[in-house]
Amino acid sequence: MNTAEEIDVAAGTTARHDSRRTSVLRRVARDPRTLIGALAVILILVVVIIGPHLAPHDPGDFVGAPFAAAGHDALLGTDILGRDVWSRLLAGGLTFVVQGVVATVAGVGLGAVLGAVISLLSRRTGEFLLSINDTFIVIPQILVSLLIITRFGANPWVLVSVVAFSHIAHTTRVVRAATLRVVSQDYVRAAEGIGMSRAQIVAKELFPNVLPVLLVELGIRMAASFVLLASLNFLGFGSSGMEWGRMIEENKGGIAVQPWAVMAPVLAIAILLIGMNLVRDGISRAVSARSAR
Amino acid sequence: MIVRRLLAAVLMLFVVSLVVFVLTQALPGDVVRQMLGQSATADQVARLRAELGLDQPLIAQYLSWAGDLLHGDLGVSLTSGEQVSTMIGSRLGATASLVVVTFALMVPCAFVLGIAAARRPGGVIDHVVSGAVTVILSLPEFVVGILLIVLLATGAFRILPPTSVIPAGQSLWQHPQLLILPVLTLVVTALPYLTESVKSAMRDELGSEYIRWARLSGIRESRLVIRHALRNALAPSLQVSAMTLTYLLGGTVAIEVVFNYPGIGSALVSAVTDRDVPVVQGIVMIVAAASLVVYVVADLLALIVTPRARRRAQ
Repeated sequence: MNTAEEIDVAAGTTARHDSRRTSVLRRVARDPRTLIGALAVILILVVVIIGPHLAPHDPGDFVGAPFAAAGHDALLGTDILGRDVWSRLLAGGLTFVVQGVVATVAGVGLGAVLGAVISLLSRRTGEFLLSINDTFIVIPQILVSLLIITRFGANPWVLVSVVAFSHIAHTTRVVRAATLRVVSQDYVRAAEGIGMSRAQIVAKELFPNVLPVLLVELGIRMAASFVLLASLNFLGFGSSGMEWGRMIEENKGGIAVQPWAVMAPVLAIAILLIGMNLVRDGISRAVSARSAR
Repeated sequence: MIVRRLLAAVLMLFVVSLVVFVLTQALPGDVVRQMLGQSATADQVARLRAELGLDQPLIAQYLSWAGDLLHGDLGVSLTSGEQVSTMIGSRLGATASLVVVTFALMVPCAFVLGIAAARRPGGVIDHVVSGAVTVILSLPEFVVGILLIVLLATGAFRILPPTSVIPAGQSLWQHPQLLILPVLTLVVTALPYLTESVKSAMRDELGSEYIRWARLSGIRESRLVIRHALRNALAPSLQVSAMTLTYLLGGTVAIEVVFNYPGIGSALVSAVTDRDVPVVQGIVMIVAAASLVVYVVADLLALIVTPRARRRAQ
């Protein structure tokens, strides 16, 4: 959905040969919105990483009646089977976060390679391949994901591949556009002019100047990974059986009786994703403020 | 120009059909055994293979599958034995109503809010729109749906039904209140982005040279905004509207599950769970084709409404 916005961000990043790089970091650190976002993300990550060790009960243990209200034994009450919501919340984040991160890195990496390769081909071939590529941008991502899951079932590798695949088309397009823009810049022509080799130009001019675009893309896709993964988990396609999305799905029926069983994972997902978005927006604001000067 | 775009769309549809076919039928491994489970006898497996035509070469399989598809024959559901086209047909209306009602409510809102925000950069509406983009755009649709259920159906206010189950034998339109929450959820998730796009397109136009000249020559502000700026901002906004529409087509899947809404999205999810391959193939092809149609129509509309683009196309 964000294509236009991202291309703008990409266009806003400037060439590497400018010494004001540090001002971006300083700008980011001074922006309260970005700081709140960073704190939110760190909070969730801490819960996710040390949570499994803090859980008062085994996440699979039955500690009370189904949908029991919060009490001294179960901080957030119990779920549909009488398991402790708090323990499941603490234990359920790790698979989700690890799968999301692995899928993003894999998908954006593959997309970057594809985008770079397509940008080196002739214009005709490139555009033909791109229109095939665009098919996967036009049709809703969730359809392709569900197709693959129908065929292979929802094991961890399938989930990671499905989410990684959902990024490839988008990253390919963004990286190709960025590469073509850099290639047409004067400093690349100048590098050719002074007789630098192809490989040298790629390593010293192309790569460093496409990198900022790739990093912004990585941030955008990371959030998209978590959205897709959470949705798939919610639809019943998870690998551990206690991802946050899965908790929401299982306990949805008891939302009127025991809202915490649903609200706790909903809030965890919401805080993580809004935090990531705040950080990402902060960084792109800082980058475009720098290049506007 | 137009022919080229149509050709690109046909190519895309072909790619989709190949992907659907390859993923569900042509990959190595025994789909049939997966569908029947490990306890199936060799005889059952052989019978289902023959029934699905899996004993034939791949190209023949693809051609007969795609041929049937073009005739509207989507095969038979493996779980219910019902014709897939009948089954989809009975649920398509519900999903289409959801998407169309959402879209019809959302587009005017987005244009009004977007234009208002663009006319006063830094004003209240401008800030609210940007804030909504940051917060809501980062959330999956189902999270927004659950939050709205808690807010309006089970928690703070109890004014709307939390699920959209239609009593047997009745139509959706006899119970319009069942549409409210699903539609509201989709509007809330998709509106900020569209509004933001309208806003930035309008802001670009309102800041441009020709608007400044028009303003200097004394053209009324309302005429300036509607006749001149909006005219040129319409093309990018239309394209984003189309993107939003395809986004809605995907978004309904999770939303229908949240509200137990009887459309093709919830049917797709149960078919995936049951590994009911013909139903999955059918629904994916229909939704993908609908997305492609929307994409092409938006492209052509953009071409028609921008005088500049039209001239370039000739």
